[in-house]
Amino acid sequence: MDNLIQVGGLVVDRSGQRVVDGIGFDVPSGSLTGLIGPSGSGKSTVMRCIAGVQKHAGGLVKVGGYEAGSRMARGLVGYQPQRPAVYLDLTVRENLSYFATMIGVGASGVSEAIDRVSLGGEASRCVERLSGGQVARVSLAIALLGSPSVLLLDEPTVGLDPVLREDLWRLFATLAAQGTALVVSSHVMDEAERCERLLLLRDGRLLADAAPSALKAETGTTDLDSAFLAVIRTRRV
Amino acid sequence: MAGPVAATARRVLLQLLHDRRTSALLLVVPSVLMTLVRYAFTKQPQVFEGVGPMLLALFPFTVMFVVASVAMLRERSSGTLERLMAGPAGKGSLLGGYALAFGAATLAQVAVVLGVSLWGLSLRVDGSIWLVVLFALLDAWLGMALGLFLSAFAKTEFQAVQFLPAFVLPQFLLCGLLVPRDQMAVALRLLSDFLPLSYAVDGVSRVAYTTTLTGAIWTDLVVVAACIPVALALGALTLQRKGE
Repeated sequence: MDNLIQVGGLVVDRSGQRVVDGIGFDVPSGSLTGLIGPSGSGKSTVMRCIAGVQKHAGGLVKVGGYEAGSRMARGLVGYQPQRPAVYLDLTVRENLSYFATMIGVGASGVSEAIDRVSLGGEASRCVERLSGGQVARVSLAIALLGSPSVLLLDEPTVGLDPVLREDLWRLFATLAAQGTALVVSSHVMDEAERCERLLLLRDGRLLADAAPSALKAETGTTDLDSAFLAVIRTRRV
Repeated sequence: MAGPVAATARRVLLQLLHDRRTSALLLVVPSVLMTLVRYAFTKQPQVFEGVGPMLLALFPFTVMFVVASVAMLRERSSGTLERLMAGPAGKGSLLGGYALAFGAATLAQVAVVLGVSLWGLSLRVDGSIWLVVLFALLDAWLGMALGLFLSAFAKTEFQAVQFLPAFVLPQFLLCGLLVPRDQMAVALRLLSDFLPLSYAVDGVSRVAYTTTLTGAIWTDLVVVAACIPVALALGALTLQRKGE
């Protein structure tokens, strides 16, 4: 399998502070990787580096073999930023249609993306009239436009009701099965269980890179919260 | 390229149209101000004759400066700019789309204020109305480009709004609207030579009083037109694909 995302020795400094400190990992096509860690651990910064919208002080980030942020790499990536990056004063469909044109996706792609996040009934409503969870799904739908080979989703399920979260994680698994390389960030451990592979981040460092089951086995724990704690403790020693 | 440019223009116009109050203000305010000037100087009609045409050029500049800087600030703070920068579209299609949308908004604005001024307030324009419209359109683009550029230096709406008194009012004072430029202190007159708005205002007042296309009018037109790509290039420079 080819590695669609390659990150090596990544270092990011922000106002004199090192916020990402020598992180490296590869993500193959057809995989679902969880970027897990507390708020402030550097998850969003790593995502932004892969999306090509974040300057980095060192290391390399490649998407499909191209430098992240280069024209070729940008064509491969669907990115959902943490805050819902949508036009609140436009309708759901107007938002989707606009971003679709900007990336060269046709009208059928717009309807498909709206259906995938179950917003068909709200398509002609103004985004500012939607609930927070619905706005987040509009933002997700934009990232899904055109079925990109790399999907970067920064906390896509925050504020969603459990049924919807279930649906979305099933969607993520389906997309991975179809060949998409997904990186999904979360600070909720019960969501981490749904990933094939976990990257545990803390203070800008990569603490662990393993499957959930392997992580629990290695640390002799039964849940991921305890496993994360155990990893932090062993790292300190 | 045509797709993304047109789509951006359509999107910006849709945002303006969805916001009914903004659309109404955009269309009505210049005419109201023009009416105020006309009747505030009702005993000195020559004042209105003098500044009326200049105001036609100044309204689009000011309004588009503010609207563009706030629009771009919102685009930055909402994350939609980052989202666009993460995609394959070029900066040119974004700026081009803004230029088209604000150009269309300006034409609508100028049509209303020109109609009210010519027929409602009996403003006299001896020269070509089309040249007045052309100056207004160029001024709007200039205001837009400067607004897009300066919005990069504003972190909040409070700051962005302050750019109006900080950057637009000085040009207002020095462009020849209040005092003819050759009557100002030498330093200020020299300074006004470097401000694009001076040429816009000179041009429009020349057009208003003469039916012949003089060389001076052409010079004014060329200077104003040439400043637009410069301001747009400055605006493009502030659209960084990668942030800190």
